[in-house]
Amino acid sequence: MGKVLVFVQHDQGRVLKGSLCALSAARQLATAWGSEGIVALVLGPGAKTAADEVSHFGVQSVLYSDSPLFERYRSEPYGRAIALAASQLGASTVVALANSTGKDCLPRVSVLLDAAQASDITAVNGDGTLKRPMYAGNIMADVELQSANRVVSVRGTAFPPAERGSAPPGSVGELPLAGDAELHEQPRFGEVLGYELSKAERPELADAEIVVSGGRALASAENFQKVIFPLADALKAAVGASRAAVDSGYAPNDWQVGQTGKVVAPNLYIAVGISGAIQHLAGMKDSKVIVAINKDPDAPIFEVADYGLVADLFQVAPELTTAVAGIRS
Amino acid sequence: MKILVPIKRVPDWQIKLKLLPDGSGVQTDGIKWIINTFDEIAVEEAIRLKERGIASEIVLVSIGPADVRQRLEYALAMGADSAILVKHDGPVDSDLASRALAAVFKRGDYALVLMGKQAIDSDSGQTAQLLAARLNLPQACFASKVAIDGGAAVVTREVDGGLETLKIPLPCVVSTDLRLNEPRYAALPNLMKAKKKPFEETSLEALGVAQEVKVRVKALSIPLGRKAGKKVASVAELVSALQNEAKVL
Ligand SMILES: Cc1cc2nc3c(=O)[nH]c(=O)nc-3n(C[C@H](O)[C@H](O)[C@H](O)COP(=O)(O)OP(=O)(O)OC[C@H]3O[C@@H](n4cnc5c(N)ncnc54)[C@H](O)[C@@H]3O)c2cc1C
Repeated sequence: MGKVLVFVQHDQGRVLKGSLCALSAARQLATAWGSEGIVALVLGPGAKTAADEVSHFGVQSVLYSDSPLFERYRSEPYGRAIALAASQLGASTVVALANSTGKDCLPRVSVLLDAAQASDITAVNGDGTLKRPMYAGNIMADVELQSANRVVSVRGTAFPPAERGSAPPGSVGELPLAGDAELHEQPRFGEVLGYELSKAERPELADAEIVVSGGRALASAENFQKVIFPLADALKAAVGASRAAVDSGYAPNDWQVGQTGKVVAPNLYIAVGISGAIQHLAGMKDSKVIVAINKDPDAPIFEVADYGLVADLFQVAPELTTAVAGIRS
Repeated sequence: MKILVPIKRVPDWQIKLKLLPDGSGVQTDGIKWIINTFDEIAVEEAIRLKERGIASEIVLVSIGPADVRQRLEYALAMGADSAILVKHDGPVDSDLASRALAAVFKRGDYALVLMGKQAIDSDSGQTAQLLAARLNLPQACFASKVAIDGGAAVVTREVDGGLETLKIPLPCVVSTDLRLNEPRYAALPNLMKAKKKPFEETSLEALGVAQEVKVRVKALSIPLGRKAGKKVASVAELVSALQNEAKVL
């Protein structure tokens, strides 16, 4: 088996925690498949800084490029660069975090490398098969990738972040782009016209130790802010939401937890006014401790909650905020 | 402008699925099938583009056994113009689906492929991107808004952190997210009329597509569920349990 290439994502040079989780998944894959070691690729503004950091995580070599081509993420130049790096580094497996970037560009890599791909894996089995959720996590599949080259996207919450090693760092070098004649600015790459990013005032949802999520029961954006935000802030928690709350405009789209939103596994997940539909459970049922506040004693969320409080959220959530603030101060 | 809308038939998400005794697959005898939720949204979006005078024709395509026809007819009743069924009884992974769809795409003169961002059965989320890459076309995935501006698609994408607006030239592949629209219901009279719309059956063989799959499912299992914990009577009891028992505060 060739090497395992990890596409490491970062924010202006700061490596994403989820990419460190992808690195530990890569290590498990390398062991299970008898690969010849781990290499990495970093793209975009700040790539050199991130590459230097990644070199300390037990990788043989790291390639980076901060070419203007990669200034804003676009699927095709990113996909092409990842495939190019794989061939230059002798990698037969490509691994990345299954966040919106990884989900978007990895299949393009699969085509370029003629690889089979497994999405969103949660474990590497001893026999080399990969475990991944299907049907909103109601069924787990063990899949085998039957091709020489392989692409794997990793569910961050299912693997611990890799740790910085004490061994000498791997080599760091620039990715030469000449190897792919199509990898120059092309009209078909398109243009990012802009972003509408939600303000990051709280911990990152995907990495947070505590998450407080609100559902349809909040009934308005004002209530969501008045009830959920103070509780989250008292707990130093990230804020999540059900699809119903996002659809109704109470919370931005990237706060959605579930099958089609983000998958979280914090130490403590507090579901406030959320019924517990399977698609929502798919995104939070691996949390260590789950608390549910719901006025309907038969709400399905109580079937997964460690602690259930049957009550009107508008009464008890503020009480909980006050109680937590009392403890934390 | 002609639009191709690939759809997949999936088990209704409201039913509780059972595994076959040997764990090799899901029990599908007599279950209720639906059009994959995201694909239905793609059908709706295509129809809206047609209603706005932007699209001229909507062609549906699906890969699967003969009775997938009923799902295609439902989407025809929603307002699509014609359908292609690539009849195939064996397993289909994202890779095979994308190869079949690429072959269908090449037979027509399509400016746009609109399809779901993931199928709610396999949850792989690969096919749209695989298809785009195979055809060397641009892609805009996870769309919550689609506009056609001359020779380009302007797509608002749901990404980590919020929304991104991406402009890509046609032809291109756009994958739909949940908030793009709310699909209409097909009216009963339209269901009758849909049976008369053009319907082509073809096969992988006729399309020149090899049947091999690259992702082999070795075993399925039902994960151990969480057990329900306990009900607490008050906020004070909850806080005390979180502090002293669960030790998460
Ligand atoms: C393909 C597909 C994908 C989906 N993906 C997702 C996903 O990723 N994430 C997701 O969350 N959903 C997803 N859904 C939607 C999901 O099926 C549910 O519709 C949604 O999760 C419901 O949100 P909710 O719990 O906030 O609302 P509801 O189901 O309406 O629940 C509201 C709850 O609040 C309780 N309540 C009302 N008033 C009060 C009060 N005053 N105090 C306390 N409790 C109160 C009610 O008892 C009820 O249980 C998806 C659906 C489909 C079909």
